[in-house]
Order: sequence, then C-alpha cells, then structure tokens
Amino acid sequence: MELVVFVLAAAMILVGAVGVIVRSNPVHAALSLILTLFGVAVMFVAQNAHFLAAVQVIVYAGAIVVLFLFVIMLLGVDRTEDISSEPFKVQRPLAAIVGVGVIGLVVAAVVSSRDAIGTRGEGLNVADVVGDGDTNIKQLARSVFGDYVVAFEVTSVLLVVAVVGTVLLTRRIKSAGKDS
Amino acid sequence: MSFVAAATPTTTWYLILAAVLFGIGAVGVLVRRNPLVMFMCIELMLNAVNLSFVALAKKLGDIGGQTTVFFVMVVAAAEVVVGLGIIVSIMRRRPGATADDISAMKG
Repeated sequence: MELVVFVLAAAMILVGAVGVIVRSNPVHAALSLILTLFGVAVMFVAQNAHFLAAVQVIVYAGAIVVLFLFVIMLLGVDRTEDISSEPFKVQRPLAAIVGVGVIGLVVAAVVSSRDAIGTRGEGLNVADVVGDGDTNIKQLARSVFGDYVVAFEVTSVLLVVAVVGTVLLTRRIKSAGKDS
Repeated sequence: MSFVAAATPTTTWYLILAAVLFGIGAVGVLVRRNPLVMFMCIELMLNAVNLSFVALAKKLGDIGGQTTVFFVMVVAAAEVVVGLGIIVSIMRRRPGATADDISAMKG
C-alpha cells in the first residue's frame, strides 16, 4: 500500500515537474506546478507530516500558484511562447549536463550513505514523530513556539517587510509623468 | 537487487526522488527564459529540499526537520511576493521582457 502511494505520488511529482519546464504556455506550466505540489503534499502525509501537508495545499497550491496565475493574467503573457529556438546554442546541452550531474552526485551521495542515515539520531532532540495527526501538530507547535520562537518572531518581521516592499515596488507614481 | 525487492519505500527512495526533482528544477532555471517560469522552477527546487527535510525528520525522529520546512514555506511565500512584484514592475516598463533583456539591469 505504501509502495502504491509512493509510486503514484512520485509519478505526479515528476510528470508535473517535467511539465513545468517543457510547457511553452506559462498557464500550463503553473497548472503542472499544482500537480507537483499536490504530489509533494501526498508525500508529506506518507511521512507523517500532516500539518505540513495541509499548509502545502493551502499556501502553495492555494496562494502561491494563484498569485502566479494572477500575475500571468495581469501581464498578459498567457500565450504560447516559442521555446523551440535557442539563441545561445550551447546552453541546453550544458543545462542537461549540469542537471544530470547534480542528480547523479546527490543520488550517489544518498545511496552511499544510506546505512549511515539511521545512526545519526543519537544526541539530537529526539521527539518521536508518530503517525497521529494531533500529535504531529502538538510536536510541531512545541518546536515552533518553544525552541524556535525567536525565528518565528523574525518571520513576522520578514512578512511585513515583504508586503511593504511589494506595495512600494509595484506602486504607480502619479506625480512623475515620465514614469507612468 | 535488494533495493527494489523491499516492499515499503525507505528514506533513501524519498531522498532520491527529491534529488531528481531538484535536478529538474535546476535544469528549468537554466533553460527557460520567461522569468515567471524560472520562478516556478525555483519553487520546484524548494519543494525538493522540503521533501528531503521531511523524510529525514521521520527517519531521525526529530521534529526539527518539519519546523525547518515550516520556515522554508514562510520564506518562500515572502520571496514569491517580492519576486512577482519585481517582475510586474519590470514587465510594465518593457512588455515581453525575458531574462536576457533584463540582464543589463538598466531599468
């Protein structure tokens, strides 16, 4: 059963990811991104991260992709662009080499250290990550509002700065005639 | 191969999947020229790292990995807001700009 879930979610993730980079229409790329994000959410549930799965669907698939689609529509780039031609000829082979190299190196590192992963748990702040959804939220809340409460507060500053900065960036200056 | 014979997916499987997802995102950033699609590929890479964090959090029995993913999501949301704001303000000035056109950064 776990295997079936893994294979289906992995297929969703990979098909969506490939769709993002090969679709020539940005709207289709954004919809492929949703497929990938849902697949990752399924993986989160399979790994007992229930709260993060909910946040993944709400924030990523709900808010971020909608923001992407909104900007695509706002800018009027929702038409197929020509991606068959490449002005810089060597770029695609180089990108493929880089991609295969990154994947190969990381996979080699993971496979060669797969026996070591399980033995690194000693000495860490071990909280048993259990399958129950309530327990997961409680553990996460203790961690966020306990050990990492300073980072949580700094996050609120970051969000305020991001909102104010975006409003300033996209504001149309009415008085300066040459800008508008 | 004992690797395939194992019936339940282990942490290694999740880490390999995350590596492949990260590689696809990296290729996308290098290949595509539309700034919006490049941004989506950055999201792909962030999700790959989140996936490996969650897999290792379960493997090591440490909730700190999930906490990190929580913060990564918050920072990603802020990053998307600011990045899309920059893209909107650039596109308003030069419609149809690609990453090559913006490279001069002359406004």
